[in-house]
Amino acid sequence: MPDTVPVTVTVNGSKHEREVEPRTLLVHFLREELDLTGAHVGCESTLCGACTVHLDGRAVKSCTVLAVQADGQEVTTIEGLAASADELHPLQVGFWEKHGLQCGYCTPGMIMAAKQLLDDNPNPTEAEIREAIDGNICRCTGYQQIVDAVQHAADVAGAA
Amino acid sequence: MTTFRPNSVGRPIKRREDPRLIRGLATYTDDVKLPRMTYAAFVRSDFAAGAIRSIDTSAAAAHPGVVGVYTYADLDGKVGATPIGVEIPGMPDHPLLANGRVLYVGHPVAVVVAETTYAARDAAALVEVDIEPREAVVDVEAAIAAGAPKVYEELDSNVCLQVPAPNPEADKLFEQADRTLSIRLLNQRVAPFPMEGRAICAHWEEGPGKLTIWTSNQAPHSVKQQIAMCLGIPEIRIRAIAPEVGGGFGAKIPTYAEDALLCWVSRDLKRPVKWAETRTENLLGMTHGRGHVEKIDVAFQSDGRVLALKGQTIADIGAFRSFFGPFIALSTHTMSCGCYDIKAVAWETSSVFTNTMATEAYRGAGRPEAAYIIERVMDEVAAATGLDPVAVRRRNFISKDVFPHTTPSGATYDTGDYEKPLDRLIELAGYDEARAAQRSAREEGRLVGIGLATFTEVCGLGPSTGATPQQRMGTWESATVRVEPTGNVTVYTGVSPHGQGQETVFAQMAADAFGVGLDDVLVVHGDTDQVQHGVGTFGSRGIAVGGAALDMALVKVHAKATRIAAHHLDAPVDQIDYEDGKFTVSGTDRTLTFREVAEKAHLWNVNVPGEEPGLEAVARFEPSATTFPFGAHLCQVEIDPESGQIEIQRYVAVDDFGEVLNPMLADGQRLGGVVQGIGQAMWEEIQYDEGGQLLSGTLMDYAVPRAKHFPRMELDNTVTPTPINPLGAKGIGELGTIGATPCIVNAIVDALRPLGITNIDMPAKPERIWQAIQSAGAA
Repeated sequence: MPDTVPVTVTVNGSKHEREVEPRTLLVHFLREELDLTGAHVGCESTLCGACTVHLDGRAVKSCTVLAVQADGQEVTTIEGLAASADELHPLQVGFWEKHGLQCGYCTPGMIMAAKQLLDDNPNPTEAEIREAIDGNICRCTGYQQIVDAVQHAADVAGAA
Repeated sequence: MTTFRPNSVGRPIKRREDPRLIRGLATYTDDVKLPRMTYAAFVRSDFAAGAIRSIDTSAAAAHPGVVGVYTYADLDGKVGATPIGVEIPGMPDHPLLANGRVLYVGHPVAVVVAETTYAARDAAALVEVDIEPREAVVDVEAAIAAGAPKVYEELDSNVCLQVPAPNPEADKLFEQADRTLSIRLLNQRVAPFPMEGRAICAHWEEGPGKLTIWTSNQAPHSVKQQIAMCLGIPEIRIRAIAPEVGGGFGAKIPTYAEDALLCWVSRDLKRPVKWAETRTENLLGMTHGRGHVEKIDVAFQSDGRVLALKGQTIADIGAFRSFFGPFIALSTHTMSCGCYDIKAVAWETSSVFTNTMATEAYRGAGRPEAAYIIERVMDEVAAATGLDPVAVRRRNFISKDVFPHTTPSGATYDTGDYEKPLDRLIELAGYDEARAAQRSAREEGRLVGIGLATFTEVCGLGPSTGATPQQRMGTWESATVRVEPTGNVTVYTGVSPHGQGQETVFAQMAADAFGVGLDDVLVVHGDTDQVQHGVGTFGSRGIAVGGAALDMALVKVHAKATRIAAHHLDAPVDQIDYEDGKFTVSGTDRTLTFREVAEKAHLWNVNVPGEEPGLEAVARFEPSATTFPFGAHLCQVEIDPESGQIEIQRYVAVDDFGEVLNPMLADGQRLGGVVQGIGQAMWEEIQYDEGGQLLSGTLMDYAVPRAKHFPRMELDNTVTPTPINPLGAKGIGELGTIGATPCIVNAIVDALRPLGITNIDMPAKPERIWQAIQSAGAA
């Protein structure tokens, strides 16, 4: 079998040490090694955003990040977004309330991309939301209810 | 509306399926993990046509981690061909792997199975396939030309299916008409592009002799049946599961060669095998949609009345017959009249092989092509007669008083009132003001266009007896309602939703029927071991057919519960009143709740004469006919003459799909559909070069709509119920796509018409617009 290298990644607050092939993509590391299957593979080319996670607090497309590039860093995935297992993050609430998803395949990545926006700009306009999710494709919703979902999350977070 | 008094039904209830999806806890096929799992990778043809001289798998087989490499030689005589939905006698079968010849780029030649996906892909690259290329035929019009290279050398031509429908009445009307016009329209090949591509996990268990297949599919019962027929495994030993499915849009109706092949491989290896296609494989090997060339002649009067149509559809079905592929184009002829009272139609449909991936149903499947034709024709008639496009449409509408209405192209429309959504659209969009603003803009030299589409389409196909005898699928749907002893309810539906939201809507229906909460209802679908036989989700049938079956099952269970309640309350059945979960003897305070009845039905410590214990019913709804929703869409665009860039400034849609069970989810279907339709109109195109190489094989080259392409869309609806099913609901999944495509192109042509431009082929890319403007300026 190919040579492996050690990586240590803190994912959703838990530290994981694994031996992986150097070419292992972060999304495959999360899905195959850690059984976190919320990040989905949609294009393997950075263009659809279904695999979006946060790496040290910045949204990245985990299909074009190597697991070894995440060595020593912190990753947040959709499974670790909410404060606890019994709660939902305001973005998750927004997507639920506003019917921001249909088949759900793009949703984890879409939510993680929207989180980057709200981290940077808690009060976005519709145009800013549409720009911020431009790297994430949804084939079901036509985006309008996703825009509403992100707006709802901003409103909820702003009111809190 | 439903048989039961609506309480939850009709309201914008948020979805029951969402909590798992928004937390990343849903299980799609590629999320399935089994002990001793293996992983597959396909070796695909790099040539569009050619003879396989040799395949050398030795290096792949020797690669570390590889557990099996298979070519056609391993399958020969042991398996059937790629499943199809309708037989055409005399047409070649399509083997599960290429047998001696390759027919399109992406044609699976071999499959490698290994301990990891990485190892499987590495080894697949080591398989050496020696192909002697031969001339491919890629363009569908070239494929029917005399002397064209043949996709199948053993056939006389590339025509797979030809259905002429001549009409002497049309000929007569063409002679009598004041005027005629001709237009050639392209409905380009597009990719369905569900966000989740095809994915399969096949698991043969040698002990029980049972095959389980998880597959990202819209019709798992069909998968079970087709795999049984293809592999010769009794269907009682096959379980097909469509778990979470990440979109389908028609391309997940077929049972693919890869589905059947990996089931066979799992049985051969006695290990589970999983495969999720890459996006490039998805663009190469998932069925494409559309791919029509249409030549249309129109006979019309100077007052805008359209008398007759003559049409020719040349449909590119690709290199092999997909599940319904050759038959999709027939509905273009059937729906050619749209919502207009046209007197005669003559048509000829040809489904033609080319050396490209097969085409199949894609969101609308033949009806978008029809709507595109007739709505483009209406605008061209308006331009020719100098009338407003709204006036031409009103002049030709089928009157609301003549339904059911059978068109000369053979469709029988259930109900329709086409003025209603158009009136509302004109009011909502401020049509007259928009036209006035357009005139001012034109005076300033700006290219502003307003497009309309007033369309009708087909949902919930039926009856089953209307299908050809060779069709391997009925058009009915099933539901089982099982009441637990607590009064909680499990609904088993034969439809297989993948984003449409039936887990929610069906829970709303059951909650209303029995007065229980939404959380007290579980909707089960997509698993042939749990769900009674069903048909699946496609053709906008989830509510119109699947929901109707559920209504029937709820009625049966409710009637039995009433009889049990009557016995326990010591009263005749006809004196039992039911309201909000309570059975009451009329005029008394003697009451049993639904939950009490459910418990008594299961305990059975008091026998109810003439009844069996338990509280459960199965129902199958066979639609007596098909439903025809309709709508009126308007959009406004402005084109930058310097760049050809199109800005969509406004999009307003007023649709009529009968009764609405959950308006929030209905809006979702419509918004998504409109954007998909605009995607085809403006950006999307599967392109092959003349040698049959796919040019649009990644997201760098295939342009899917993104959020910033669109303004906020405005929606409204009118309600014209259907009598075809007890819900009065017509179906909604494909309507947005069908209306949007002609609406956008009409707006673009309207913007450019002052330059003398009368047609723009889709996709209306800036380059194409810019060139049209340049040519018009030079002329």
